[in-house]
Amino acid sequence: MRARRWRALLWLGPSLLLIAGVVFYPAVALVRSSLGRYSVTGLFQGSVGVANYARLLEQPALSTVLVNTATWVTAVVGVTVAVSLALAQLLHQDFPGRTLVRWALIVPWAASLIMTSKLFVWIYDYYFGVLNHLLTSVGVLSRPIDWLGDDATVMGAMIAVGIFVSLPFTTYVLLAGLAGIPGEVYEAARVDGASAWTTYRLVTLPLLQPALLVAVVLNVIYVFNSFPIVWTLNDRNPGFAHDTMITYMYKIAFKSALRDVGLAAALGVVNVALILLAVFAYLKTIRWDDGAPAAGRA
Amino acid sequence: MRRAALSLAGIVLACVVLAPYVVMVLTALKPDAELRVTPPRIAPQTWRPSNFWDVVSDPAFADWLRVSLVVAGVSTVIVVLAAAPAAYYTARHRFPGRTAFLFVVLVTQMFSPTALVVGLYREFFELDLVNTYAALILTNAAFNLAFAIWILRAFFASIPREIEEAAAVDGCGRLGVLARVILPLSGPGLVTAVIFAFIAAWNEYIVALTLMTAPERKPLTVGITSYVTAYVQHWNHLFAASTLAIVPVVVLFALIERHLVGGLTAGSVK
Repeated sequence: MRARRWRALLWLGPSLLLIAGVVFYPAVALVRSSLGRYSVTGLFQGSVGVANYARLLEQPALSTVLVNTATWVTAVVGVTVAVSLALAQLLHQDFPGRTLVRWALIVPWAASLIMTSKLFVWIYDYYFGVLNHLLTSVGVLSRPIDWLGDDATVMGAMIAVGIFVSLPFTTYVLLAGLAGIPGEVYEAARVDGASAWTTYRLVTLPLLQPALLVAVVLNVIYVFNSFPIVWTLNDRNPGFAHDTMITYMYKIAFKSALRDVGLAAALGVVNVALILLAVFAYLKTIRWDDGAPAAGRA
Repeated sequence: MRRAALSLAGIVLACVVLAPYVVMVLTALKPDAELRVTPPRIAPQTWRPSNFWDVVSDPAFADWLRVSLVVAGVSTVIVVLAAAPAAYYTARHRFPGRTAFLFVVLVTQMFSPTALVVGLYREFFELDLVNTYAALILTNAAFNLAFAIWILRAFFASIPREIEEAAAVDGCGRLGVLARVILPLSGPGLVTAVIFAFIAAWNEYIVALTLMTAPERKPLTVGITSYVTAYVQHWNHLFAASTLAIVPVVVLFALIERHLVGGLTAGSVK
């Protein structure tokens, strides 16, 4: 048994080293930093216990940032999943050109998020952006809107981009779920004379539930962690009025006058804890497959 | 009739999804003077494909491209070298700690470096590795490892043991079997793992933004943003560079489309 353990270590070694060095160690460094005080140049100036966490709670921007994060995650994930259900239903059908449509859907998924974000900064532009031009010329708007500068529209504009880039992955997960539903159950529903909508509600949706769960939880994690969209589209606005917990953390650590490593690390620990919570909830609900060896799975 | 309606819906969907990227390409083809006109025009009046040439011949762009290629290329090699033995061993053997290992791998897959970025910065700052290729390469390799382990494991598990046993009889060592028999038979899995790891590193932003502050050490994702700042607004160059960066990865992504979901959801969607 001991010999096998050592042999396993040999085969898993490189992976373990990478995970330990670049995932586990930074997590430890994060916790340690959250308990320390640092100069603006990043030098350690001694331990302060949990003082950074106490200071975090006193930050005037904190409540806004929490509300923003909740809005951002709920709206992006909610709308993405709802729209993806329809898209998956469409792409599950067989029609001429389906492969091309599926390829088109890949583009926002494959493209760098920072490039897509910059693209939308341009599209949303007050003077030169296509969006205002389009909406005013068809009469939806009587005058242009400063989408990324007006406090009333920034969050909505960011959420729209968040949905746009989350649709492909979500649709693909749901498509895989649909592909796993055996054709016979639809046959049975048809014989029973169920309408298309009834069949969808009573047959498809319940059988799609596992895929739906995966789509929701993974999206919650991805969208919570999302950085480039909020970072780029909210770039012009001073302060923290439209930041999420991730971009707020980043600004505290690296950008604002604060450059407060300890405070940012404390928020980082909170972020990591929230993600871990979601990850564990996810792994508890899915039947994650540790693949019995040589069981002949494809 | 129904198929025609579905096709129409499909075309509408494709147009909506692609429309922003059409704006990207058309803006990339505009001369400077046409960028700041109101009302804006969608298509250029004078087509300026030479914008692409301007970008390609920009020495700064060459630096960013080189960094992106090195970081994505080397981190992908590391991913495969580390993932293949782990995937093979966990697919073929039961041993103490196997489930724990796979659990840790799953957890890292769902962790993007974003939440850990302050800790990553502290680590590399203390090791004096800020602004080095090594830091960015290792970070990308570690966070893209899980997907590769998962996808390779599924392919390895589907290869009949008899083939390996035959190779072993012929005098192949364990690593020899992996390199000469298993990997060649897992072609699609290997291609998927390689393409995914490459694209993920190619598109990575936050760690590069944080660690690579020297101009000649910035990858494309970070570098191209300097085409549009508070002082200069070369949207056409920004989008020409973006187009050049996006087109190849879209093609690569389309190649592995069928395997992506399985790898990203770690076998939970059947």
